[in-house]
Amino acid sequence: MKLTLHIWRQKNVHDQGRMVTYKLDDVSPDMSFLEMLDVLNEELISKREDPVAFEHDCREGICGCCSLTVDGIAHGPERATTVCQLHMRHYSDGDEIYIEPFRARAFPVIKDLVVDRGSFERVIQSGGFISARTGSAPDANSIPIGKDEAETAFDAAACIGCGACVAACKNSSAMLFVAAKVSHLGNLPQGQVERQERVLNMVAKMDEEGFGGCTNYYECEAVCPKQIPVKFIAQMNRDYLKAVATSD
Amino acid sequence: MSKPLQLLQSTILSKVVMAATGVILILFVLGHMLGNLQIFIGQDQFNDYAEKLQSLGPGLWAIRLFLLLCVVLHIITSLYLKKLNSDARPVQYVYQNTVQATLASRTMLISGLMIFFFVVYHLLHFTIGTIEPSTFKGTIVDYAGRPDVYSMVIYGFQNIFISASYLIAMVLLGFHLIHAVPSMFQTLGINHPKCNPLIHGLGPVLSVIIVVGYISIPIAILAGFVTLPKGVM
Repeated sequence: MKLTLHIWRQKNVHDQGRMVTYKLDDVSPDMSFLEMLDVLNEELISKREDPVAFEHDCREGICGCCSLTVDGIAHGPERATTVCQLHMRHYSDGDEIYIEPFRARAFPVIKDLVVDRGSFERVIQSGGFISARTGSAPDANSIPIGKDEAETAFDAAACIGCGACVAACKNSSAMLFVAAKVSHLGNLPQGQVERQERVLNMVAKMDEEGFGGCTNYYECEAVCPKQIPVKFIAQMNRDYLKAVATSD
Repeated sequence: MSKPLQLLQSTILSKVVMAATGVILILFVLGHMLGNLQIFIGQDQFNDYAEKLQSLGPGLWAIRLFLLLCVVLHIITSLYLKKLNSDARPVQYVYQNTVQATLASRTMLISGLMIFFFVVYHLLHFTIGTIEPSTFKGTIVDYAGRPDVYSMVIYGFQNIFISASYLIAMVLLGFHLIHAVPSMFQTLGINHPKCNPLIHGLGPVLSVIIVVGYISIPIAILAGFVTLPKGVM
């Protein structure tokens, strides 16, 4: 199939950036979206032009590296899918596709479609862990955890930290990401000791990094490749209010 | 900076201020509606109710100031959050798209501000009396010598433009509440499969009750169901 691609090109952090249009003549429906970009880049390289920079690693939908906004939707039009798992069979001949980087002040564009998501790492460093001995694994079942609690914690832990929630939110809010990380540990017995401190520190860091606030658009939930539900945001709000009211 | 001030800069606590003041304002809107609907009982009941409210004296002023504080907090916090949210995305997408965010949720600031301007106009009309001074409640009295709020409202709404502005404002308020009510629960941390159907139903239901309740008055007056008392023209 033939496609027209409008792609954000930006030389570096300081460059203004602009949309550039490319034509691709021979795209197979079996290609993944990133393979389609690989083909474009090979053409660009053969013409001695600068290839389009985009981030990728596992291409299996589990690493959270790929970060493209396709036609205004983070990770593209397919639900519960990272953009690396989006396939060209969902497009037809003659389609025009807009490809842009994830947009947020806290995610500065490094080059073309690659953004720096270090702000997420700093939020995790502020409390997304438990301070416990990490030597040998504890005996199985030595800490009893209810089935429902374990499932809820797993639902939250499914977050791969890709940043699509931020990209989709009209306020570039990181509430779903932080909520998933806070709730993942907050629903397990191992996370109880630092529960208050964790939510206070992670929310403070989130605000400090310049993410926006939540206005309950729920766009984050719609684009999350791991379908993290917004009920975790409510849980974080609850935890945060409790922590503010009872901490010193 | 002191700790409470620092905490208020938190996006979550700002949202809690929005939610808490919102709850109070919704309760006022419901109470005000129940008061207004007494116009259907008749002039006697309506003017009596108005006089009782006025007789509260300092109590009435305490309630007014408290409501004013809630309005100011609700607006200032929303503008603060809007600034924060706009700053969080300095470069917009070239291709704008939305998957599931409702129109009501995306227009909260504009619907809210329009409701605010309406409230100012509404107070100038029915509370302060600068819009139509000749029919203001202080100027006209009923047979018992009470300020004739009943006739004032009817004179006001017989003007099609006043009725239309009132109608539009109430629909905007309903639109604002469709998103505001479920949003308020989420912000306060209330989200559970058992109560979610109730929470999500409450927004539209409350909106319809409020819109229908309020606009029934100008419609009834324009349609001639509620008329001026005999002898008053």
